[in-house]
Amino acid sequence: MNKQLMKGNDAVVYGALLGGATHFFGYPITPASEIAHAAALHFTRTGRTFLQAENEENAINMIYGAASAGARVMSASSGPGISLMSEGISYMAGSELPCVLVDIQRAGPGLGNIWPEQSDYIMVAKGGAHGNYHNIVLAPNSAQEMCDLTYRAFELAERYRMPTFILADAYIGQMMEPVELPSEPKTTPRHDWAVYGDSESRGNLITSIMMNTDLLSEHNWKLLDKAHQVEKNELEFEELETHDAEVLLIAFGISSRISHTAVEILRSQGIKAGLLRPITLFPFPYQRIKELSEQVDFIAAVELNEGQMAEDIERAVAGKTQVLRYNWLGGIIPSTEEIVERITTDMGSK
Amino acid sequence: MVQYSKPRSFYDTFERKGEGQISTHYCPGCGHGNAHKLIAEAIDTLGIQDRVVFLSPVGCSVFAYYYFDTGNIQCAHGRAPSVGTGVRKTLDDAIVISYQGDGDLAGIGMASIVHAANRGENITVFFVNNAIYGMTGGQMAPTTLIDQKTQTTPLGRNLQRDGNPIGMCELMDSLETPVYIERVTFSSPAKIMKARKVVRKALQNQIDKKGFSFVEILSPCPVNWKMSPTDARRWVSESLEPIFPVKNFRDLDDVRGESAKLPLMEGNRLLDYLKPEKHISPEAPNETVVDQQVKIAGFGGQGVMSAGVLLSNCVIQKGLNTTWLPSYGPEMRGGTAYASVKVSTQPIGSPVVDFPNVLIAMNGPSLEAFEEKVPAGGLIMVNTSLISRKVQRKDVRTYYLPATELAKDVGLIATANIIVLSIYFLISEVVDLDTFRKVIPLSLKKKQLAEMNLQAVDKAEVYFSEHPLEQS
Repeated sequence: MNKQLMKGNDAVVYGALLGGATHFFGYPITPASEIAHAAALHFTRTGRTFLQAENEENAINMIYGAASAGARVMSASSGPGISLMSEGISYMAGSELPCVLVDIQRAGPGLGNIWPEQSDYIMVAKGGAHGNYHNIVLAPNSAQEMCDLTYRAFELAERYRMPTFILADAYIGQMMEPVELPSEPKTTPRHDWAVYGDSESRGNLITSIMMNTDLLSEHNWKLLDKAHQVEKNELEFEELETHDAEVLLIAFGISSRISHTAVEILRSQGIKAGLLRPITLFPFPYQRIKELSEQVDFIAAVELNEGQMAEDIERAVAGKTQVLRYNWLGGIIPSTEEIVERITTDMGSK
Repeated sequence: MVQYSKPRSFYDTFERKGEGQISTHYCPGCGHGNAHKLIAEAIDTLGIQDRVVFLSPVGCSVFAYYYFDTGNIQCAHGRAPSVGTGVRKTLDDAIVISYQGDGDLAGIGMASIVHAANRGENITVFFVNNAIYGMTGGQMAPTTLIDQKTQTTPLGRNLQRDGNPIGMCELMDSLETPVYIERVTFSSPAKIMKARKVVRKALQNQIDKKGFSFVEILSPCPVNWKMSPTDARRWVSESLEPIFPVKNFRDLDDVRGESAKLPLMEGNRLLDYLKPEKHISPEAPNETVVDQQVKIAGFGGQGVMSAGVLLSNCVIQKGLNTTWLPSYGPEMRGGTAYASVKVSTQPIGSPVVDFPNVLIAMNGPSLEAFEEKVPAGGLIMVNTSLISRKVQRKDVRTYYLPATELAKDVGLIATANIIVLSIYFLISEVVDLDTFRKVIPLSLKKKQLAEMNLQAVDKAEVYFSEHPLEQS
């Protein structure tokens, strides 16, 4: 199969189509708009549904409807749009509806700007709206993974009947790289829970309201149990040079690409650096970080936010080693050299 | 008279309400029971029970799914028309019924209803207007009358503060797309009988795929109005009907239908559709290629982004790894635009080019911005058509060429990027010009311009043979 050069944002749409997506409801926003553009073209041309909603709140409710009717359905946005969708995401989680949502993170809060940040980590990885629930969160760091993880996200979402996120950032979305497409196109099976407007599914009900406290309690425990299953079965991460690492960098998305190069430079200087890259942010690799924390002198949590993932790392480490926060805000991207320098400095002060 | 036997599309017992329950949760004298019954009867009469997807709103009718023996979806507050849109776009033969109250539809869900109506979704919306919030406990609704007392307008609705009651049928009637708009009233049994036909018609329209149908029902709420059921019905007649005229607003015969879809592509047909157009088998990588960190910078319209894409496309054919990163957003619309391209025999970590070992400066500001970033030994290419000054650095290689003028000679100013890229390839030997010539027609969006772009490659080749890179 030939590779084709494409933007991460375009790769999402290719992965979605091959992953069996049939419906896209969205509202354009920089730096995610190319996804809507590509979906408008390719969903329509391949006999699927693309609809531009009047706003993100209604887009997520169209998704709610299509998912209720058993469709593989998705949207893509950036932080401000995901904020608007949050209410609907909570309803989908409560009603146990699958969907795939792509967040091409930009800098916040508020309108912020269109450059990359990773400051939606807590909003997305911890739920984001009212009530007890979890999303499955996948964090690609290349155009290839934008395609592959979106391709796989639909089955994950359906297996657990949970909203599933692709949490990327402006650079991962805007960057072009060669992509090889998955070779097996998927389709949606019929679900026994969905409402199809036929006699077989007539008794089905999609709802998140449960006035009986015992019933809602039971339902919430069930949602938590599903989240535990996800933690047990779906954890993914990648390691680079961790076997003898004395300094461990932890990063996802664009930060992990920069950290990757930083580790190579540090190694060439004789410094035993390694990189752990979570591919899933929920579930999060607590156990592996705990193991590595006993081996390394310190951990550098490299993030384009004020240390949102670092809190999870600190929880995993539980004081066994120091977690240093390497943070950049406002859309500023560190150079590889900057990271190398900080590591070198922090090693000296140990 | 209204039938009092239970329609088939109601459950025999309301198990979702509680084991063996046979009565609804609605208050005595409330209009919801009548509205439910008219809809259930129409479902029976039209024989569509299996096809119905009933959307419960938020409000007193949040539990409509207790009663309707149909497919049921409970929706977020006000968003049923959006949910219905999602169902409509998924199930061709479903009958989508959105049942909403005045807070739900005319308050929180205003955008949802207006846009679903304006798109002309083939769904049926029943809007129960009782001029007050019921479920939440008697607060002001968008349809509450002036001077009407509610929990949140204890002294009466005030025009200056709260505005006027919204006429939803009138608002719907301002849109061109809906096919059917009618307001009915439950002020008397006879009027309820009249409404029965309207309910049926609104559903028949959907079966006929006519388009968007909207039925507003003026309905009593004795408990929150603090009236007896009889007084409440009288208040509907005497107070609501003058403000909300009971009539047909629109009943079109034409079928607006639904947007036609192309045939669904799946399996190999989908793979064929998505497969790359660019079909040159990649070569084994030349391991001697030195990592290239290229910044191509200029103003919008000089083709710096597409030059970067062409570069990346060429090196893929050479079996090399590459990343392309654009400047984007407002920067693109004026000022300096630049593409950052990395090329390597190894997997590429960061795609960010902070220190380009190749800078292609197409205009003055680009040279100003990036000259200092080039590491010693790097290459700076300068478009002398637009940059009069020389590179000040002494520790870099330089190449000066009048790219824009050469492009003018070719007859297409937009080929300046091709000229500069050709010469970069000749200097760096990362890609041979034959490969470049093969990639150009495959990468160009405007195929008819391929010939001129290929001429630009020739032009550059000749220019370079006459003006080789000076060895420092």
